[in-house]
Amino acid sequence: MGAVGTTPAPAAPSKLRSGGRRLQPNEIRGLIAIAILLVVSLAILPAILSVYWVTVLTAVAYISVTALGLNLLMGRVGLVSLGQIAVLAMGAWIFSKLSFSTSLPYPIVLVLTGLITMILGTLVGLPALRLSGLYLALITLMLAGAITIALRTMQFPNGGPGFLGNDPNSSAAVRRPAIAMSDPAFFRYTVIVCLVMFLIALWHVRGKPGHAWAAIRQSEPAALAAGVNITLYKLWAFALASFMTGVAGGLMASDVGRLYAISFPTDKSIVLLAVVLMGGIYSLWGAVIAGAFYSLLPALLDDWGLPADLLTILFGVGIIQVLLTAPGGLAQQFPRDMRNLGRLIMRLARRGSSPPDDGRAAA
Amino acid sequence: MMEIEGLTVRFGGVVPLDGVTVRFEAGTCGLIGPNGAGKTTFFNVLSGFVAPVAGSVKAFGEDLLALAHFRRARWGLRRTFQTEQAIEELSVVDNVAMMLEHVPGSGNAAARREAAIEAIEFVGIDVDPDTKVGTLPARDRRLVEVARAVVGKPRLVLLDEPAAGLPDEETEHLGQVIRRIPEATGAQVILVEHDMTLVGACCETTAVLDFGKLIASGPTDEVLRDEQVIKAYLGTEEPA
Repeated sequence: MGAVGTTPAPAAPSKLRSGGRRLQPNEIRGLIAIAILLVVSLAILPAILSVYWVTVLTAVAYISVTALGLNLLMGRVGLVSLGQIAVLAMGAWIFSKLSFSTSLPYPIVLVLTGLITMILGTLVGLPALRLSGLYLALITLMLAGAITIALRTMQFPNGGPGFLGNDPNSSAAVRRPAIAMSDPAFFRYTVIVCLVMFLIALWHVRGKPGHAWAAIRQSEPAALAAGVNITLYKLWAFALASFMTGVAGGLMASDVGRLYAISFPTDKSIVLLAVVLMGGIYSLWGAVIAGAFYSLLPALLDDWGLPADLLTILFGVGIIQVLLTAPGGLAQQFPRDMRNLGRLIMRLARRGSSPPDDGRAAA
Repeated sequence: MMEIEGLTVRFGGVVPLDGVTVRFEAGTCGLIGPNGAGKTTFFNVLSGFVAPVAGSVKAFGEDLLALAHFRRARWGLRRTFQTEQAIEELSVVDNVAMMLEHVPGSGNAAARREAAIEAIEFVGIDVDPDTKVGTLPARDRRLVEVARAVVGKPRLVLLDEPAAGLPDEETEHLGQVIRRIPEATGAQVILVEHDMTLVGACCETTAVLDFGKLIASGPTDEVLRDEQVIKAYLGTEEPA
């Protein structure tokens, strides 16, 4: 029989069978971090911050959902889209039209906005079935440019009657939910909607679609060999990202009340890509960090009296830093640095208390 | 049992498979040949990555080529790749269980996990099943790929150089696993391999390809002694 013997392969130890899956330590840390974040943002922040900062944090919340869409597309499926801010604009526009033309309850309008944006955003994703990498990025960027032009031409946002009515002079504000009319209340409402979006994302990533996406990202032949319908799952990723971005757009419309076409320039999609990369594309936390970079940092610079152009330089340096030292972005780097810091402090503390012992041992 | 008739693949002027007619009997069959003989192309035709210009493939009496590529996994086709393709981002058990997620009738998540653990035990990977595959050494990744190929109810398992790059003792373990696949799962196994010891130990019959043509087929020990096969591997001196 040559080199191959006849004894059967040794059976793996039975520890493999011991019950279902347990929570890993990093998952427990994640749950604690989520709990702290929720308590702080729902109970503490709205109570202590001024209305201005509450509004800024509301923007951080819905932009992090927009970032989450791109985070999923890039980090999980390996698709680069430079059209996400245009999708956000579509969501905001659809929401404002629905809220003017219907009297449906707020959450239903929000979900409808998500679904309509999902259909349109999936169309934007159609080229992804044939293209990837730089070509896909360029095509989505051009589509985003086209959408921006279309929205400007139709004098977005127009508050005319009905869903397709056009009245550029309308000054009605987009409505907010009855239970969350004030800014702090609307901030809490936004945080909860965003939490639901992150949970939907987590459910996808952990389940069948997440496994299929991981296979597609690594190797399309391997995905096919596992029976993954690549066309379906790529479109599914675009559909999910667009749904979330649509909902974020709806929240944005309610938050600002009146929309302006200049809030959605095409190049903002590139900024979004930069902050998503810096936050980290392989972790959902990266999207939260990206939201903070995108919306909180400009407000902070403004508050400190620094020019907003500084951001371009900061993001440029940040991208280089990510590419060189931390491909997983800040979401990966920050916990690692914290662990190293913790270890350093422990070592210093131990050294601080140990010399008397050492002295005795030596004597 | 597999019946392949007149299978021809053309890439422009290159003909990697040229009218191959061959039968693979139940059990484990070898498919050997020098580099560029068309072995991987043959697997790619079976997987549906490459469309043949002529020929038919009957697996257990069914026309395999009529199925869309991603539906072949549902039918029971499994394969490993020459460069190992276990999904790095996923855990060992998710890697194996995901093979069943696109096969209807594989039960719920708990049942899939159970089946995956069974496959992991079958191939003998001795790590925590919730470890990410990206952190595993080459041997374990290979075994994860083999576990992906045997989980559930495979009907046809294609192994493309599973021992490439493995040291001898690990190849030996792999050989033991491969030889148990037909009995444990009822699947037909086709093994493409350059390690002749492994082919000799695992395969009762072996087919030999050279420049896209079938040059020998039959019991493995006879085929490995065939003069034409030895010439194909070692080359011949052209008379001047």
